[in-house]
Amino acid sequence: MSIPSDLQYTKSHEWIRDEKDGTVTVGITDHAQELLGDLVFIELPSIGNEYTAGQEAAVVESVKAAADVYAPVDGTVTAINQEVVDSPELVNQQPYEAWLFRIQVAGGVDLSSLLDAAGYQKIVDAA
Amino acid sequence: MQKTILNETHRQSGAKMVDFGGWDMPLHYGSQIEEHHAVRRDAGLFDVSHMCTIDLRGADAKAFLRRLLANDIDKLKTRGKAFYSVMLNDSGGVIDDLIVYFLDEERYRLVVNAGTASKDLQWMATCLLDWRMTAELTPRREGNAPLAMIAVQGPTARERVWQALPDCRNACAALKPFFAAEIGELFIATTGYTGEDGYEITLPAGRAVDLWRALVGAGVRPCGLGARDTLRLEAGMNLYGQDMDESVSPFDAGLAWTVDLKSPRDFVGKSALLNQPQRQQFLGLILLERGVLRAHQQVSTNTGVGEITSGTFSPTLQQSIALARLPLASAIGDIVQVTIRDKPLPARVVKPCFVRHGKALV
Repeated sequence: MSIPSDLQYTKSHEWIRDEKDGTVTVGITDHAQELLGDLVFIELPSIGNEYTAGQEAAVVESVKAAADVYAPVDGTVTAINQEVVDSPELVNQQPYEAWLFRIQVAGGVDLSSLLDAAGYQKIVDAA
Repeated sequence: MQKTILNETHRQSGAKMVDFGGWDMPLHYGSQIEEHHAVRRDAGLFDVSHMCTIDLRGADAKAFLRRLLANDIDKLKTRGKAFYSVMLNDSGGVIDDLIVYFLDEERYRLVVNAGTASKDLQWMATCLLDWRMTAELTPRREGNAPLAMIAVQGPTARERVWQALPDCRNACAALKPFFAAEIGELFIATTGYTGEDGYEITLPAGRAVDLWRALVGAGVRPCGLGARDTLRLEAGMNLYGQDMDESVSPFDAGLAWTVDLKSPRDFVGKSALLNQPQRQQFLGLILLERGVLRAHQQVSTNTGVGEITSGTFSPTLQQSIALARLPLASAIGDIVQVTIRDKPLPARVVKPCFVRHGKALV
């Protein structure tokens, strides 16, 4: 199971990449896709939707179960990855390539409240 | 947690194990969907040793089953012939669903669900006593001669089994659907839970690992309980505890075909069934938009409300499907609304059999 060191994470198994342009990209971790099993349906937010950190922004469903994906930061959705909507299995195959949505962060990017790879590893190990 | 004899074999094959009613069982070995396709297109094998085989033997064996089961045991006249039946309680609710194999007038083999086995055995023992009948019930999952059960399913399953068990080829090839043959220590049946051809092989637990390996060697893909569930749902087969239980009449669970009311015999639950007509229809649903139908979602129809009892994404149809209890006036072809995360989505009512022998039926 992989946890790239250049990403940030949440306890609810999202990964976050700082795009250095005021936006962050969000996906679900390798651990999350493994727990869910084969994904068959992904519902993404509409571009322009505003979220506060911790709000449900997307849904990923596997044959087994449905799981909410939460906005990791406050902000506005600026892009969604239509490819994963058409082929949800991409998230199983390459969880860190198959991103879900991008958020323009409100009030500037500050990811200090998120977990780094080591912090997320602890969450996974404790599960 | 209870383990089957194949537990270590599953772990060595990289299975993701889950707690299935107190049994540590493989959910999948990597991809549930690929395992599903293997069974529809080629062949897959399942460890179903958590299910409980019960041998029934004795002078009253037949009379006992005649009264115990909703299906009429007198239908089984040929050696090896099997049928599916429900076992009801006095109020007509389903205690369990099971398969009965007729071996001879005083010898039957029953296969019941994993989680209900001890309840079933208790119920059967009580009935035997109450009815003052002479027969012996021997559960074969544990004890000094425990059995294992391996299901091999798919269009090429039968040839692969013949390859792995060449001595059984002739006896197996001659079996019609829903029959079993006793071949030495092996009990090979043409039953299954996937809608495909194949065998369910019951054998001494000590021989299960070798057979499993031989089948994998013959090109059969190990499949977990995840694929077993999507396969049975596509085939429109009920799952006990989900599609029916002790509070549900077989008439409301699409199981009227298993209840014999023609013969004059009495059976447990008969008078209750005669006094309570069918209240709901058990039908299939296909979701017309993207999303996944799940158990307990509400279904709104023009004539009232229903409920999904089992739902999933169908890997064969690439659409979500479900089994549901709907108002009596519902009909095939109706468009209904299913509430998924507070949003109503349209679904079409269909016959509850979506896929058979690799072909879509809806």
